[in-house]
Amino acid sequence: MATAAVPSRAAKRRRGPWRHPWGLQAFTWVYLVWSIVPICIAILFSFNNGKSQSSFQGLSMRWYTGTSKAFGSVLHDPTLHAAVVQTLKLGLFVTVITIPLGVGFAMGIDRWRGRTSNGMNFIMIFSFVVPELLLAVALMFVFLQLLKSIHLGTDAEVAALVVWNISWPAIIVRARLITIGKVYEEAAADLGASRFSAIWHVLFPLLMPAIFASAVLTFASVVDDFVLVEQLSGVGGQTMSVLIYSQAHGGNNGPALNALATLMLIFSLVVAGLGYVVYRVMTRGERGNTTAEALTSIAGM
Amino acid sequence: MAVAPPAPTLSPPSRSAGAGAAAPQPSRKPAFRARMRARSAEDRIQSWRPRWFWASLAVPGAIWLLVFFVLPFYVVLSVAAGALDPIFQTPIPVWNPFQWSGASFANLFREASFLWPPFERTIVYTAIASALSLAIAYPVAYFVTRYAGKRKTLYLLLLISPFWVSYMMRMLAWIDLLQVGGYVNKVLEWLHLMNSKNPEGWLSGHASTVVLGLIYGYIPYLIIVLYAGLDRIDGRLLEASRDLGLGRWRTFWRVTVPLSRQTILAGMFITVLPMVGDYFTNQLLSATPRTTMIGNVIEGQLDIANLQGDGAAASMVLLALLLIPMIYYVRSTARASRENV
Repeated sequence: MATAAVPSRAAKRRRGPWRHPWGLQAFTWVYLVWSIVPICIAILFSFNNGKSQSSFQGLSMRWYTGTSKAFGSVLHDPTLHAAVVQTLKLGLFVTVITIPLGVGFAMGIDRWRGRTSNGMNFIMIFSFVVPELLLAVALMFVFLQLLKSIHLGTDAEVAALVVWNISWPAIIVRARLITIGKVYEEAAADLGASRFSAIWHVLFPLLMPAIFASAVLTFASVVDDFVLVEQLSGVGGQTMSVLIYSQAHGGNNGPALNALATLMLIFSLVVAGLGYVVYRVMTRGERGNTTAEALTSIAGM
Repeated sequence: MAVAPPAPTLSPPSRSAGAGAAAPQPSRKPAFRARMRARSAEDRIQSWRPRWFWASLAVPGAIWLLVFFVLPFYVVLSVAAGALDPIFQTPIPVWNPFQWSGASFANLFREASFLWPPFERTIVYTAIASALSLAIAYPVAYFVTRYAGKRKTLYLLLLISPFWVSYMMRMLAWIDLLQVGGYVNKVLEWLHLMNSKNPEGWLSGHASTVVLGLIYGYIPYLIIVLYAGLDRIDGRLLEASRDLGLGRWRTFWRVTVPLSRQTILAGMFITVLPMVGDYFTNQLLSATPRTTMIGNVIEGQLDIANLQGDGAAASMVLLALLLIPMIYYVRSTARASRENV
């Protein structure tokens, strides 16, 4: 800006290029309040003593543990209860299958270079971005028309959720493999390690934080999943998400849904908190082991 | 004021890395003798482990992807291009591509007057929701990367927290707030913006409610992507720009925005693609034909046996339309990961 006059010192401090952007900070806080307060209100309503989801009538635990027949509580309503169990079951099954498949896939794709591996990598990333509804439609036809031995319900849900989540470990572990490089393995080989012990004693410990982070993400994303589960749930197999979806619009189930959602939130937070602590312990002594780093890794960045 | 760092050469890092990636790759089979003579550690590890060893690790995951991701799209195409059961009108898949018919696709065109409004709405809602999301998410992500200082961890924790709240709960929260007797209407009444005798039914078919739901649902993912991308921009480039006399705005438009173009694109894909296939947000917050989107149409057709063929065809058409942005995204991601090697 050639025409600008030289500003005085005070003016420079006021309008200087390094001043704190208060407007931007205010904007950020408005966003944060907007994003968090509705959830807090929803949690508050789960403790509502009345039937309403829109006006507060005092604190109570009746929607969690109440025994009234007319208004189910999470503990005593069999449908709500079954949904909690089904959600946790799916989370566990899918994580246990997805992680080995995805980690093996990442290692294989990273080290085995060629046209086939590039193609598979392409398909894997594709599965990450395809709209979930399209995959759900396609899988529904597969289970109805072709692979009829896999029934709609838990089997179909697990098969679908594994393919939907395999990109978490595949992408995260692969990124870690790329940063590690081959030097540690080569050192192990030079020192006489066998094929398997180099992988087992050298590569795996280095990959562990990434594997763990992707397991946390997979579990959380299965617990949260809705589209695939809804389309493939068949008769049983409803999860918490599906239940909330099917009952939320009229608001006829009262705050029991809020209680269910709050329980879901607690699951997620416990998993996230544990994940964070374990991740910090695993990456102890590494460069870049900061709180921010760990937080972003657990969120899949 | 910060001491001016030596002005870095302003070559965009991505381009130089691209040149590196384009370098010819060593051929797979060098002369065997020469290779045996010059055995580096790298070579030793190659022979120490046959090539199929690594490939075999990838096989289980690859099979799962082929069976439950690639095959399904062939099946849905076979259903869409298949025949109808003459009695029950249920679709019968035809596996042989040479016997495929376009009847279901032709049906879509015949029903164009019925399908076009939801399709148009999908485009409009998605465009508005993603543009507003970007307008909100970019400043927030920018502030946290550049100015959060010591409180960065706190901000990050708050930004990531919606990520851990399930989508359904976030929608439920808005259902609570937007009910006829909910807090939104109470606040509007208190501000005298609304007559209490004639309360607004936000949940019965407001396009603005659906757009709000879409933004609220998908913005956490966008912010995470933008944060990760903006955090990678070298702060020295911004300092250099300031020291060379550009003001705050011009630095932002001339340096930060161009450097974050790839990030913005990736973030838009991450939000737009799921928004296009979304049907549950709409169903939860509106559930009226006035706001139906294409996802609702496809989802509805699947529940009725004799419309399943049309649903399959519609989902194939949607996939074809989304194929170009998806392939673009996948290619740029694959390229980025190759450049990092």
